[in-house]
Amino acid sequence: MSELAFFIDYSRCIGCQSCVQACEECDTHRGRSMIHLETIARRDSVQTAPQVCMHCEDPICAEVCPADAIKKTPDGVVQSSLKPRCIGCSNCVLACPFGVPKYFGEVDQMMKCDMCYDRTSSGRRPMCATVCPSGALAFTTIEEIMRTRQGNPVNEWQFGNETVRTKVYVLVPQEVTRVDVPLIQISNLSRRPHAPADPYDVAALLEGS
Amino acid sequence: MAEARWREDFPVRWDEDHYMTRRELAKFLTLGSGLLAGANLLIAFVGLTGHAPELPVRRIAADADIAPGTSRLFRYPTDDDPCILVRDTSGRLTAYSQVCTHLSCAVVYQPDEGALGCPCHRGVFDAADGRPIAGPPTRRLPRIRLEQRGADILATGVEV
Repeated sequence: MSELAFFIDYSRCIGCQSCVQACEECDTHRGRSMIHLETIARRDSVQTAPQVCMHCEDPICAEVCPADAIKKTPDGVVQSSLKPRCIGCSNCVLACPFGVPKYFGEVDQMMKCDMCYDRTSSGRRPMCATVCPSGALAFTTIEEIMRTRQGNPVNEWQFGNETVRTKVYVLVPQEVTRVDVPLIQISNLSRRPHAPADPYDVAALLEGS
Repeated sequence: MAEARWREDFPVRWDEDHYMTRRELAKFLTLGSGLLAGANLLIAFVGLTGHAPELPVRRIAADADIAPGTSRLFRYPTDDDPCILVRDTSGRLTAYSQVCTHLSCAVVYQPDEGALGCPCHRGVFDAADGRPIAGPPTRRLPRIRLEQRGADILATGVEV
């Protein structure tokens, strides 16, 4: 049996917000959820996707931190910011390709998912994985996932020219071995007089434009 | 890409960091102070209970050789320890280490003042008992115990 790992199966998410509520219960960040529950193509679909920290092998949030406040443990978990060190500059918030770190202005500190380090370091499942009713968030072994799921667990991402390997796996269709996210060239966008309207712009939808 | 030098001081990985917690510092200070106090107690205990080494009895001068108001140099207990034998104007014999307790210059007898003077920083010791009476020294000169046997003067020990 290999060691326990975190798996996200976006296709199983039913948007029930259980993970968000469970995360808020934690004593170390009570009332603040570290999970982002994203809506996907809101105009056409009710699909949602939970986003926990992916715990990159080379965490860019920690690399860009000017205060040395984000640390990675020997077992590969990228911790939330250290309170005495974090200066609230939000560099990590801007740098993370998954949009995970959250800046909380009222405490002037960034906080992020640390995979419930108090629980997972002693072999228990993270709060979100314990409450997820559909198995979109799972903390188990890779053998168990291969046995029970149809997708293919991958932990390699391609953002433009940057390859990112993560501790957390996502389940993707069988033929996919790497998640490719192409970059949008901002310089090309700005040259056009009118950028095309975002079809998923909720504000525009509500205004009826 | 080569790792930048500053990254060694600010590593991302927790186990490479030299982060010292407040508790670790407090533990270090407590244990360090305890160790220091323990060492001092041990030294005090050894000083109180240990026996001083037996010093040799050595003939240092003949009684007739030293007139009142003069001094003689000798070495005691080893050849590296210069000492001074003084007969004051009343005829009483005393002997002290010649090493000034301030900065280890050699003291000389000044019969007019009845004192041992250090020329380096004008330190003055009382020739009667070796106490510092002027200048920078704060500790008395070690006194050499003397014994007179017939015509000889013998050194028998050191009183610090």
